[in-house]
Amino acid sequence: MHRVPHAARAEAVGDAVTETGRREFLLQTGRLLILSGAASAAWDAVVAGEPSRSPNYAVSEHWWAMVIDVEKCIGCGSCVRACKAENNVPLEPYYFRTWVERYIVDPEDPEHPIVDSPNGAYDGFPERSVKRANIKTFFVPKLCNHCSHSPCTQVCPVGATFESPDGVVLIDKERCLGCRYCVQACPYGCRFIDPRTSTADKCTLCYHRLTKGLLPACVEVCPVGARQIGNLKDPNDPMHEYLRTHKVQVLKPQMATGAKNYYNGLDGSVR
Amino acid sequence: MSDRHDRAHLYRVAALFAVGLLLFFVARTFFIPKDFGVYGHYRAGALDDARARPIAYAGQAACVECHSDVGDLRKTSSHAHVSCETCHGPLAKHASGDDPAKPVRPDGRTTCTRCHLKSPSKPAAFPQIALHEHADEGPCIACHTPHAPKL
Repeated sequence: MHRVPHAARAEAVGDAVTETGRREFLLQTGRLLILSGAASAAWDAVVAGEPSRSPNYAVSEHWWAMVIDVEKCIGCGSCVRACKAENNVPLEPYYFRTWVERYIVDPEDPEHPIVDSPNGAYDGFPERSVKRANIKTFFVPKLCNHCSHSPCTQVCPVGATFESPDGVVLIDKERCLGCRYCVQACPYGCRFIDPRTSTADKCTLCYHRLTKGLLPACVEVCPVGARQIGNLKDPNDPMHEYLRTHKVQVLKPQMATGAKNYYNGLDGSVR
Repeated sequence: MSDRHDRAHLYRVAALFAVGLLLFFVARTFFIPKDFGVYGHYRAGALDDARARPIAYAGQAACVECHSDVGDLRKTSSHAHVSCETCHGPLAKHASGDDPAKPVRPDGRTTCTRCHLKSPSKPAAFPQIALHEHADEGPCIACHTPHAPKL
């Protein structure tokens, strides 16, 4: 578009020969650039080797999503303990890849719920008496939503965090600078800086287990089946039927993050 | 004469620009990993890095492969859908035979109460125990059998 006034000006001064030469030059150079770009991309793929070292797992055949059933969660914290053990997450409080929140909501004032999560529910929840009779209270497990339009990956200045082709948001520990930009960008508070490596850390959906055909640790140990994982690219996956027959909701849909953790029975007071 | 001088300073700038561009492309090949950009704006090898972690939880299938007696016992019980490692902890090394030590038996009281302690936040249908009304001390497993709870 921006070349049109340029050409018009050249014609106006009667320099048609030079203009034709320039146009040809631009076309030739463009063609060369496009071809060499494609060739270099192909070469990159060749020198990088076969991306999937696990022979039975094809990245292109998976698109992972999770269902979390709030109505089933008993707040036992098995998922939190399993996650820390499986992924070597620092045991100190405030470092969590997954945690469970307890909501205590006044049904007449859902805008101001009381939320607590003692040590992320690592030891479950202590007994807590609810004084008022007409109070609503429940547990909400939280973890990375593995958004398909994730704000955290968009802000990374070095390409160290990304959405994988199979729908998992991962961190490249070799490239991460620890600048904390992604920690701020996540609307769900799902990232932290690992104090041992000074790099960002988060739920990987137990990528090392998924690719071996195992369930994520939190899904494996959940005693009530409040967490389920599914491959949405598999038409026979029971998750399709579940999503069709249940009223599910993602967290903070107004953020347009493309979150893929579908909560069943989610109360409007949950943030 | 003056015309040539006018061009010379342009050539010098052009040469500098060309050298700068060359240096940029040479430096780029050193700093950007070979597999960067195969799938997107990241290193494709990071997928393999994430995949390379060892597992800590063996998974239910691995447990019942050897402990089929307990697996059968649990099949019809209300704990049928509770994974072995929910109570027994991560035992991938035990399952693979890398750890010869006998796994520690889970505590017969705290393990139970983590799930079954009475709480208004829990779904009403879930079996819950108000400890101070039920049993102030002693292990739950003195009366209850965790693999096939009937009481």
